[in-house]
Order: sequence, then structure tokens, then C-alpha cells
Amino acid sequence: MVFALLKYGMTGRYPARQEIPLTPELQPHYDVVIIGGGGHGASLAYHLAKNHNIRNVAILEKGYLGGGNTARNTTVIRSNYTDQRSIKFYAKSLRLYESLSNELDYNMMYSRRGQLTLSHSDGVSRSLRLRADAGVFCGEANEILDRKQIKDLVPSLNLDIKGMPILSGLWHKNAAIARHDAVVWGYAIRACERGVELHQRTEVLGMDVANNKVTRVRTNRGDISAGLVVQCVAGYSSVVAKMVGLKLPIRSYPLQAMVTHPVKPFLDPMVSSTALHCYISQSARGELVIGGGSDPYELYNTRSTLELKEGLAASALELFPFIGELKVLRQWAGITDMTPDYSPIMGQSPISNYWLDAGWGTWGFKATPASGYFMAQAMANNRVPDEIRPFQLERFDRFDLVNEMGATAASH
Amino acid sequence: MKIMTCPLNGPRNITEFQCHGEVHHEVDPTTASDKEWSDYLWMSNNTAGVVREWWCHTPSNYWFLAERNTVTDEILATFAVPADGPLGEVK
Repeated sequence: MVFALLKYGMTGRYPARQEIPLTPELQPHYDVVIIGGGGHGASLAYHLAKNHNIRNVAILEKGYLGGGNTARNTTVIRSNYTDQRSIKFYAKSLRLYESLSNELDYNMMYSRRGQLTLSHSDGVSRSLRLRADAGVFCGEANEILDRKQIKDLVPSLNLDIKGMPILSGLWHKNAAIARHDAVVWGYAIRACERGVELHQRTEVLGMDVANNKVTRVRTNRGDISAGLVVQCVAGYSSVVAKMVGLKLPIRSYPLQAMVTHPVKPFLDPMVSSTALHCYISQSARGELVIGGGSDPYELYNTRSTLELKEGLAASALELFPFIGELKVLRQWAGITDMTPDYSPIMGQSPISNYWLDAGWGTWGFKATPASGYFMAQAMANNRVPDEIRPFQLERFDRFDLVNEMGATAASH
Repeated sequence: MKIMTCPLNGPRNITEFQCHGEVHHEVDPTTASDKEWSDYLWMSNNTAGVVREWWCHTPSNYWFLAERNTVTDEILATFAVPADGPLGEVK
């Protein structure tokens, strides 16, 4: 066995695949510089190269590919929002995800599970009804389930939680999960094949702005100039925007999640409850993924706290009392850039060649394909497409917010 | 458990406190331009580093100021609101 393995490893007939190229030398100029090598940066680079033939593109990543919030989310993909503008945007993302494994020839382990959002009060039941109808109006599949239908769908769920019995649920059958690493790897591999340069361990230290234009991007590996610069740095949006003198309507909080050890499959849909601040899904490996508690104060730190993990565990136990024996296998936190209306900031900034892909709070992973698709369109044509026009930074000056608090907070 | 030292009640569990955001310069709504007003309402410094914030010890409803590092999650100092003089607001 050992010798067979050694022989296999030594022979040149099975060379290791080098899909993601090593970091090349930094060129003095690029047409587009993307700050941030996560899912959004890679998706944007891929769509720029493939759909718009813009290939002189560099992705600058201060750590390693997909090592930030792309690796720290709970991989929920859904479109059951409240505002038609958001529903249409996230629905596009859902459609792109559905065919992404084929598109990139890379297995995303895309798994359509459906999402069940629970209501424990009349008020929440009304808001779920609104979300269901708004979704149906936009052509998305949503329905309201009663207690019996919920019991049939998830037999292991405890419907009679003391003090807050489950009254109804929003069933979003096209919701899915996917492998987060594969999403960023797939996009990066196919982007690099088309000539995009991925520069890992390349940190942007500052930017020079003259005549309302970014003239130079200063990195730890030297200075470069660029036609267009875009930031895709979930978790550090405010920090990077400050480099060009921009202030954003963002406050950053850690969101904590955890995973139990694997058990046999018993939970097909994702189950979430806004009242309990908890959502649960079972991964392909059998682990229960439990999220997402937001820290009570702003922080740029991904430590875990016992209080929040205890709270998550308590909520999960209310929904599935029999999981009390399970042990927590991993725990983590990601930095979420929260905007006042729980919607992202995409599009142009007040600086003429600087673009924003920011404010992705707790809704970034599900938007990875669509944000890259539309941002590439916007940057290639220097015109923001209608689909993401409502999400521009200037909406705050017009008080034209896209309120998704009810459909976002702790419900993923 | 994280401990915060309240200027009135001494060291207490951080779960007893609520953060009310950075101490910032208030804009006069009667004289501010539309842009200044919307910036004041929505924008945030969101500093990665040391910030000065309003905190409240909720059981006693005691409001005070705290300096905190948002990168290391350290509470550097807590102090009572000065009777007169600046609060150390940021723009």
C-alpha cells in the first residue's frame, strides 16, 4: 500500500494538476485592478474576461485565494427577499448558480435543498406572506406552509417550542447550498485561463488619487497603475475605501457560526428561524451547520465567544432537541459589512475610475455569480445596468433604500 | 466572559452593557446641506483601531464613554462623561 502510493507519487504519468497558477511578477499597468481575491473578485474577473474580453486584469489578494469571508459563510443560496429589486437580483444569482458547475466545468457540489423559514408569531407570519407573494410576483417559487405541512417536510422538527410554538413557514424550494471553496476556485481557474493574473499575498497599502481619479495602487510588491480599480473586500470595505478618501455607510460586525460532528442524513431542507436567531442545514458530509449570531458591538476580529455559541446551541436545541449529544467540531466568525438597509453597495463611486462592490453583510456568498456578472457589465460599458442601479452608493443621498432587514437578519 | 469596568458599578460582565456607537460630531439639521445631513445619518467611520464610543450599563441605565480597540477586542479605558469640555468627538 505504502509502496504503491510512493510509486504513484513518483511517476510522471500522474503529475499534480496546477490549476491555479503561481503568483506572477507584478506588471506596471493593468486595465482593471480588482482588490480582493475572494468569490466576488474572482467572479468579476471571470465575467470581465469571458463576457467582455477584458483580460489585462489583476486580482490583488493580501492573503490567499478565498481565504477571507468566502471561507467563512454558511453557503446559503436563496432569493426569497422582500423588495422586487432584490428578488430579481438574487434570483439571477440563483439561476447562475444552478448552471455554474457546467459553466466552469468544476464541481460546485450544488445541492438544491429548499429553505424553510419559521414563524412563531402573527407578525412574522404576515411578513412571510408578504415575502412569499412578492417572490411569486417576480416569478420565484415560494409558498406558505401550515403546521401539518411543516411536520411532513421536516418530521424531526420540534413544532411546539415552549412559549413560541411554530405557526407557519415560508417554503422556498429552490434554495440551495454549494461548496464555497469550489466557487472561488472555479471562477479563479477559468479567469486565469483567460489571461487574468491572480496575485496572492499582495496587499494594497494605499492608493494615490489625483483629479478625482485613482492614479496609483501601492502594494507590498510595488506600485501599479490601472484603468479601473474595484474593491471586492468583504469585511474590510470601509478600510479600503478610506484609502481613496471615501466614507461608506457600513458598520462591521463579526457573525459567528459552528459545525457539529457528522451524523447520518436526517435534515434535507435548511431550516431557519428569525425569532430564535438561528439557521441550520446539514452538509453533504453530514455535519450540522449552525449559524449565525451577530456580535453585539462593532469589531474587526474573528474570535469566537462562548456567549454567542451557547445562544446558537440553545436555539438549535429548541428546534431539534435530540441533537443535544452532538459535539461542536469547528467554530468560526466572519466579518460582516452591515449596511443600514441590509442591501449591498454596487456600482460607481464618487471617484471616476473607482468602483465599489461592498457592503455584503451576511448576503455575499449567494450573490457571488450575479455581482460579478453585473459589475463586469457595468465596468466594461461604463454604464451601471438596471439590475444593480438600485444598489448604488448614491441611494443613501436620495433616501431610496432597499430595505431587506426582515428578509436578512439572522435568517440567511 | 468578557469584563467591562463601569465607572459607576465597577467590573461587570460585558453582556450587561450596550454599545451605542462612536462619539461623533453632531450636525445642526437647520443649517446642514442635504449632503451633509445624509452623510451624518448614514455614513460611518467604521474604524479598524481605537474608537471612542458611548456605552450604557443597562441594569442601572448609566451612560459613559469607553475607548476600545476594534481589531484586538480590548477595552482600553472607560470613563464618566465629563461635566464640561469636549467628549473627543470625531468627524
